[in-house]
Parts: sequence; C-alpha cells; structure tokens
Amino acid sequence: MGKVKVHRTQPSLDMTPMVDLAFLLVTFFMLTTKFAPEEPLAVDMPTSTSEIRLPETDILTISISSDGIVFFNMDGKYNRADLLEKMGQKYQIQFTEEERNKFALLPSMGVPIQSMKQFLDLDTESRKHVEQPGIPCDSLNNQLADWVIFSRMTNPKLRIAIKGDRDSNYPIVEKVINTLIDNRVTRFNLITNMEKSQKPS
Amino acid sequence: MAEISQGGGGGKKDGKVRSKKASTKIDMTPMVDLAFLLLTFFMLTTTFNKPQTMEITMPEKVKKDDVQTEVNEKKVLTVILGDDDKVYWYKGITDPEIKLTNFSQDGIRKVLLQENAVTEKMIVLIKPGKDSRYKNVVDILDEMNITDMQRYAIVKITSVDEDLVKESNL
Repeated sequence: MGKVKVHRTQPSLDMTPMVDLAFLLVTFFMLTTKFAPEEPLAVDMPTSTSEIRLPETDILTISISSDGIVFFNMDGKYNRADLLEKMGQKYQIQFTEEERNKFALLPSMGVPIQSMKQFLDLDTESRKHVEQPGIPCDSLNNQLADWVIFSRMTNPKLRIAIKGDRDSNYPIVEKVINTLIDNRVTRFNLITNMEKSQKPS
Repeated sequence: MAEISQGGGGGKKDGKVRSKKASTKIDMTPMVDLAFLLLTFFMLTTTFNKPQTMEITMPEKVKKDDVQTEVNEKKVLTVILGDDDKVYWYKGITDPEIKLTNFSQDGIRKVLLQENAVTEKMIVLIKPGKDSRYKNVVDILDEMNITDMQRYAIVKITSVDEDLVKESNL
C-alpha cells in the first residue's frame, strides 16, 4: 500500500490575529495596572451600597487596623517629602535629603515621628517586618492632627479618606473622626467595598 | 525553538530551479508564549474594583455662642449600636420604650421606613456604643442611604443611653 500519503505540509497555523489580540490585551493591562505598594497592614473594609468611586489622586488615607492601630498615607511624592520636612520642623527633628526621599516612597506608615528616623534607616525588607505602633492620636499627643494639618498645607486639594477595618472598635474611629473635626475637616470619605448582594451576612 | 525557521510552512523545495523563495515566515511561538505569559500576569494582578467611598459631612464643632435649633422630641428616633451587631432603637426622649433589632433587611431598615412614614421630618440620631464596631457604623450609614433618610447625625453615646440598654436586658 504505497498510496498512503503522509502529510507533508506542516500543521502550521496563522497565529497573527491571535498574537495581535494577545498584545492588545497585554498593552491594555500593562497600561491600566497600577502597582499598589505593599501595605503593612491588611484592612478588611466594610461593605456598602455607595457607588461613589474614590478619586485616584490627592488622597490622604488614614487606615485603622482591626486592633486599633492608626496608619497614615498620602499620595504625591513631592508633597510627601515636603510634608516630612514640615513635620520635622514642628518636632525639631532634622531629616536629611535621603530620608525625605525614602519617606516619599513609603507605603502606609504608623510610627510616631520620634522614631521616624530609625524607621527610615531600615532597609525596605526589614521595614516590612518591623512592628509599627501606630500614629499617636490621643488628645495629649495628637500627631495625627499634625500630619493632617501639614498634609493639607502641602496639598490643599487633598481629600481625606478613612479606611477602617470592619472589626475595629468604634471608639478608635471616633477618635480619628474627632481629630479631623477639630481641624475643621468636616467632609471626608469612608472607604468601603462594594456590596455584593442586598445584604452581607 | 527560538530560531527563525526559514520556509517553515512552505511546500517542499524539490524543484530544480532553486530560486530563493525563502518565505518570510518566522516562528512566532516564543513571542506568543511571552505575550500570553504577560497577559495572564497582568490579568491576574489587576484589580478592577476600585474601592467605593461613602462621603460624610460632619457638623463643625459647636462654638459657645452658637444657637442650637430645638427639635420636637417626638420626631427623634435614636438608634444605638451595641455589641455583637445589635441595634437598639427608641422613639422620643422622655420615657422611651427601647427595642432591639438587627441589621437584616427586616430589622432596622423596616423600622426606619415605618417610622419615617409615620413621622414627618424625622431625625435619626445614631449613637455607636463603646463595643460597636466600625462595620456597624458603616452599615447604619448605608441603611440611611438606602432608606433615603434626610436628617441624621452621628452622636456620642451618653451614659443615659448606656443605662437604658443595660436595663432593657435585650
């Protein structure tokens, strides 16, 4: 049986459209992705039916972890460097250029300004493992208020958002809110997740 | 694998005339592999659901010479957030009858809608207790949005309210 024709043509396939599509998607995802910096705390946000989206820029985030530790974050690299200098002036701590630059790239942080220098001295990796005590926001030592005041000075367009953990106790949230009200910030955002169904369990 | 295969998918060149008919086809497999690798990576790392936000406006601090508006106490509905996601509520201020409800659909939402239908210009006072969680506060604010309450405020809980809750034993 010499008639069996072996397939000589290679089963090659025109992949061009597929590749086109693949690259289109790659480009799309590459351009839309924004890498969130690794946050030192995991905040499990409560859900709500609110449909207002959080603006992407000019945001000051005050995160509250489930055990009541307060973290601070602000966007804008240059504003941050400026902010640290202002904070340093108030608390009589001199920050070097390098420290300011380091601070500008920090994710949320929760250390008192007094230990900020040591905190910035650490390298990125060990900074992740260090236990942050949170920003003091008692009435006696309210550094959070100073952070908020100076942030608003460096960036007047700033919107303030509270990112609380759903299990954090209300009194600590109240303390943060009162700090804001005392500084004449009466309008702020509570960051929530989208509600999936009519009512979560 | 990553080489350019000249004349990959073409026919067999067993003719005599060897005109240079090298096809310009290149093996795109590695490129496609890479493209899909990147594609999967970005697809999995992208989060589309940007967080929602709830805008609230708190009243400014009361100054000494501010005139506070007085309201009819019958129009006031007080909601106290307790521990374990409990919600206590009462109407009026003198001799209130405290009731317990929850955050379910037939809970506080029903109460709010019912009371709002009965009372004109109802004012809701939200008093988060010491053991309430942040989630409760967001939930109740959400209920306010859902039931379209026009007047509500978050107020600090008073010891009177705490006693009321304790005495009610609910």
